[in-house]
Amino acid sequence: MSAALVFEQLLNGLQFGVMLFVMAAGLTLVFGVMGLINLAHGSLYMLGAFACAAVAAATGSFMLGLAASLAAAAIAGVLVEVLIIRHLYARDHLDQVIATFALILVFTEGTRWAFGSFPLYLTLPDALSGSVALPGGITYPLFRLLIIGVGLGIAGGLFLLVNRTRLGMRIRAGESDREMIAALGVDIGKLYTIVFALGAALAGLAGALVGSVQAVQIGMGEPVLILAFVVIVVGGIGSITGAFIGAVLVGLTDTLGRFLLPQAFGLIMDASSATSVGSALASMLIYVLMALVLVFKPTGLFGKPA
Amino acid sequence: MKRETFITLLLMALLFGAAFHGKTGDEPFIITLATKAAIFAIAGVGLNLALGYGGLVSFGHAAFFGIGGYAAGIIASAARNYAPVMTWPMEIAGSTSMPVIWLAAIVAAMITAIPIGIFSLRTGGVYFIMITLAFAQMLYYFAVSWPAYGGEDGLSFYVRNEALGLNMMDPWTYFAVCFGVLAVVLALMAVLVRSRFGLALEMARQNPQRLTASGIRPFNVRLTAFVISAMITGLAGALYADLNRFVSPSMLSWHTSGEIMVFVILGGVARLGGPVAGACLYLLLEEVLGDVTDYWQVLLGIVLLLVVLFARGGLVGLLAGRRAAHD
Repeated sequence: MSAALVFEQLLNGLQFGVMLFVMAAGLTLVFGVMGLINLAHGSLYMLGAFACAAVAAATGSFMLGLAASLAAAAIAGVLVEVLIIRHLYARDHLDQVIATFALILVFTEGTRWAFGSFPLYLTLPDALSGSVALPGGITYPLFRLLIIGVGLGIAGGLFLLVNRTRLGMRIRAGESDREMIAALGVDIGKLYTIVFALGAALAGLAGALVGSVQAVQIGMGEPVLILAFVVIVVGGIGSITGAFIGAVLVGLTDTLGRFLLPQAFGLIMDASSATSVGSALASMLIYVLMALVLVFKPTGLFGKPA
Repeated sequence: MKRETFITLLLMALLFGAAFHGKTGDEPFIITLATKAAIFAIAGVGLNLALGYGGLVSFGHAAFFGIGGYAAGIIASAARNYAPVMTWPMEIAGSTSMPVIWLAAIVAAMITAIPIGIFSLRTGGVYFIMITLAFAQMLYYFAVSWPAYGGEDGLSFYVRNEALGLNMMDPWTYFAVCFGVLAVVLALMAVLVRSRFGLALEMARQNPQRLTASGIRPFNVRLTAFVISAMITGLAGALYADLNRFVSPSMLSWHTSGEIMVFVILGGVARLGGPVAGACLYLLLEEVLGDVTDYWQVLLGIVLLLVVLFARGGLVGLLAGRRAAHD
């Protein structure tokens, strides 16, 4: 095991983590501001990926595809918020879970109906594919580096948006006292729609970016959704900083666990059983992380005490 | 007789009637569908104790359904391969006896539910939903990647297990067994929610401070309810494994958790007969909508949305009139 290999795995973990953050940011904002648990967030991720694949295939431009993923997910977000989600803010979490579960069924089967069951693959433009040589003799795919860059950029942008702009001020005010900011003349319904659409657009973009590295397929949103839940539980629901720290922690734990655990077990047992034991335990590692965090901080690392 | 009790009995009679119709009309498909409804109803009755009566919105009951299923699958296939279920710390032989398997499934679900409950109940509200979901996912991924019990492909056993010398491969006999278990579970649940424990659970949901003031720790009551709820759902998992003679990780998937939850919501939260109504309605919708289009889940999703938005209280709520809201 060389240092270069470990460094490469660290980069993979970071890339996974920042994409989880882009996904989790919308989830945690929507929960923090509207108090809504949205299972259909994963569907918006899938929708973004399919929009990107469809537009990229039709126009031949990957960049147009990415723009389409943002637009399609944002439009779907607005529609869903206005038609359904809006009626759920005052309901208990149980109703929200069931309604958004129903939305997943509609989105998943609707996409299957429109695109068929087979996975789609995106071709990256030549300028973005290929590898770059990093110091220390490591070659790393350029596109994955770009994903890390985009993710970090979005994290910085969101931080500025929430902490430095008028919209961000309203979002923070909406988190702490929604009646008061409505009384101050802010159109709270519009604010909610904007926050929901913002989260949806980010999920769509994450779907398109991850879809270009892996595959665009039905049901791709659900595993990510559950990971995003783990992220925001670890980070503390409602906190953007928490979501970022949580996402990077989860990304690194998962990637390094899958890389290191089979090797660690290889020291004490034969290779094939070490691989199976190691990878079985590695797939559980982030949930162990979550349980550990909750033992010490039941509301997550950056959550407000209940 | 209370209206709700009457409705529960009526639902049971309808379910029995449907299966009997399948028997006289020689349509084993209908009997199997009714068996599935009975099993799903048992799983729902289990979840209803935590979710409905206890207000603990568990989104991870697939864990217990799957654990029960795997307990059945592992014990039955061990018996058929003449291999022990485990050799350490003691040797346990396989079995094809249903009562033994049921007991094993219930105990396995209990052993799983205690730590999950202890961790999850440290939190509340939306955290509880996500954590139960995450624990179920953890078991799901474990089942997928652990090769000993079939991994992703699951585990099949070719003949149903045995009890009382009955021919379980006969659809009607197996329906009768599952229906009997459902009736017993419903009767137990009716006694349980009216007991001292049931009242304490109700108060833990409505006003934990008051419960604490009367000298009962809400945590203990909730944990007990969560574990009993998991045990019932685990039993349903074992029955389901025997119905299909097959277990796979999909029994543990979050989609299954969602479905069990849907049975409870469609039928009516914190209603004795709710899960029975919900499971029957769900399977009926699946059949009817499945005839309309291959993409029937779109329609199911729309029906569910309409129920949540406009028909709160579920089917039993519509029939028996509304009671106190469930939050």
